[in-house]
Amino acid sequence: MDLFFFKCALSLYLLGSLGYILFIILQRKPLARISYGVLWVGFLSHSLSIGLWSMQHGYFPVHSLREALSFFAWAIIGVYLLIQWRFNILVLGSFLSPLASVMMISSSFLPYQNEAVNPLIRNLWLMIHIGTIFVGNGIFAVAFLAGIMYLIQERQIKSKQFGPFYHRLPSLEVLDSLNYNCLILGFPFLTLGMLSGAVFAQYTLGTFWRWDPKEVWSLITWLIYAVLLHGRLTTGWRGRRSAMISIIGFLVLIFSFLGGNILLKGYHSFSAFKDSGPEVRHTEPGKGIHN
Amino acid sequence: MEIVLIGVNHKSAPVELRERLSGFLTLNGPAHASLKGQFGLKEALFLNTCNRVEILFTSDLPDQTIEDMKAFWSNGIVQAPGVPLPGFYIYRNEEAVCHLFRVAASLDSMVIGEPQILGQIKEAYRQAVDHRTTGVILNRLLHKAFSVAKRIRTETGIASHAVSVSFAAVELGKKIFQDLAGKKVLLIGAGEMAELAAEHLLNNKVQQIMVANRTLERALEMAKRWHGRALSLEEISTALMEADIVISSTGAPETILFYPEVKAIMKQRRQRPLFFIDIAVPRDIDPKINEIDNVYLYDIDDLQGIVAQNIAERKQEALQAERIIQEEWIKFRSWLEGIEVVPTILALRKKMEDIQQGEWKKAGAALQGLSPEQLKAVEIMAQSIINKVLHDPITYLKEQLAEDKKNEKIDQIQKIFNLIEGMEVD
Repeated sequence: MDLFFFKCALSLYLLGSLGYILFIILQRKPLARISYGVLWVGFLSHSLSIGLWSMQHGYFPVHSLREALSFFAWAIIGVYLLIQWRFNILVLGSFLSPLASVMMISSSFLPYQNEAVNPLIRNLWLMIHIGTIFVGNGIFAVAFLAGIMYLIQERQIKSKQFGPFYHRLPSLEVLDSLNYNCLILGFPFLTLGMLSGAVFAQYTLGTFWRWDPKEVWSLITWLIYAVLLHGRLTTGWRGRRSAMISIIGFLVLIFSFLGGNILLKGYHSFSAFKDSGPEVRHTEPGKGIHN
Repeated sequence: MEIVLIGVNHKSAPVELRERLSGFLTLNGPAHASLKGQFGLKEALFLNTCNRVEILFTSDLPDQTIEDMKAFWSNGIVQAPGVPLPGFYIYRNEEAVCHLFRVAASLDSMVIGEPQILGQIKEAYRQAVDHRTTGVILNRLLHKAFSVAKRIRTETGIASHAVSVSFAAVELGKKIFQDLAGKKVLLIGAGEMAELAAEHLLNNKVQQIMVANRTLERALEMAKRWHGRALSLEEISTALMEADIVISSTGAPETILFYPEVKAIMKQRRQRPLFFIDIAVPRDIDPKINEIDNVYLYDIDDLQGIVAQNIAERKQEALQAERIIQEEWIKFRSWLEGIEVVPTILALRKKMEDIQQGEWKKAGAALQGLSPEQLKAVEIMAQSIINKVLHDPITYLKEQLAEDKKNEKIDQIQKIFNLIEGMEVD
């Protein structure tokens, strides 16, 4: 059943993206309003899919790249829907919904896994860890897109060459304040996510911090955003510099998201979630007899 | 019946001629009153603005009316009869209607997309209505023109984006600051252009205007007008700490604001954006400051470049508007064709009813013995025969066809039923 709602969500996101892309080309507001509604329905369907899965398994679906990508897309769309409601920047959807759609498509091509996982994964601290980290990621994705939009718009105003984006993108002030608000909002989520992760590590592994590659990269990400936030609050960093750092921060974040789970070895990698992971097999008594 | 438009505009005739013509037409009071019913004008509308003098009319003898009008206008601008009128255009039917649509939508204006012309046409129409010079056709046509103008405004970009330097500056400001409300403006130097820009900014609800000028007296005078603050030139650095938009237009021969100075100020301002508009020639502000983060500098050439680009864009959009005009002309034409056959249909019906009346009288004695119910039945029967007989010729007339075929049909029906006499009496 969760798969059915996942497919619904995917189709609706694609439809919404198409509408938003047509909106930025044709500049017909109703297109964006309809797409916004379509994204809402897609988001509800997606939430249902994730909810059903989580109820069935007792934890959030992040044990494979397929699930993690879908969860990431869910967080991005959710954050966007709230930001749209609060800030009303329709054109943001034209950038954001394709990003979420690409994630969903990638996710749908990966194999659907329904195998047993390490029981350690069913833990409240871990739920908080995953939940807050992904919401933070979604918010930073918006900051990233706001940064890109800012750089495009700033380039046009500085160079005095107005391309087709000039009239379609919002003003620099709006984009900069969107960047700022995302930073203010996203940073606590990221921080909370890392703290709850540390608590979970202490609870299960007996240590708060193990220099796992993903931990290191996450710390780097956190430091980048911390420096940016500090710069904004104290010395008035804004505009171009802030946009650039948000973009770099998000790229590092994506690297630690993908790299930490696939490329780099460590207990964050997807293979470690499996019940029959290599580490577990060695410690399990009796297996050797059967072999 | 034809719709005709005769006139001159800013493209076809020099201003002296337009002035003479406009003066002549209003010599004996309002043109609508003095020309009502003259030269075979059935319906008429005069449009008299600084860029055009036009008369739109309908006439049953259009060729004659056009000749008379030409003679009258030649006479008016004191020109020997027979010499062709300079700069006049004469449009008939489709051309006339499309021209009116173009004028109303501001496609024929000096600055494409300027909004005043529609108001001027509405005013001209109001006067025509007051003097009762419009009828079924012009009423319908004018209302159509208003809706066409509105449609073109909303569906194309002919009225979007600034086509004056000061509006272009305001538009840019909105792309940097979103909302100009609450922003502070510093004027350095107090030229006419700066004044105009300041007025536009005030219309956009900027919070305060500060005026720095070489002669403090002039600064005080302007500051008073806008409830702002007057400064001396030495106070500019401190004012730059507060200002968001700076408009510089001094007559100074050398640069007055340099890169290092602005760079230092930005640090003290904690990088709050600063928008410089340098409309002075020679320039007041070092062009290099545009490279500083969160500083935006536009000089007069940049702004004029934007204006030229926007004008070109409007011209591009005007091409799209032509499509709308064609569509609306087709709609109007089918209405017009419908109305052309109306007199023939009325005459046809009248003829039938006359016959019925005649026959009724003839049969008067024979019908006397009938009861009221029977009389009623006979009357209903006669009426129903008329309706059934007329159904086919009316359908035949109302068929959608090209203009010449249409007239041929009307002619046929009129001959078959011998309606010419009846219509002349009418």
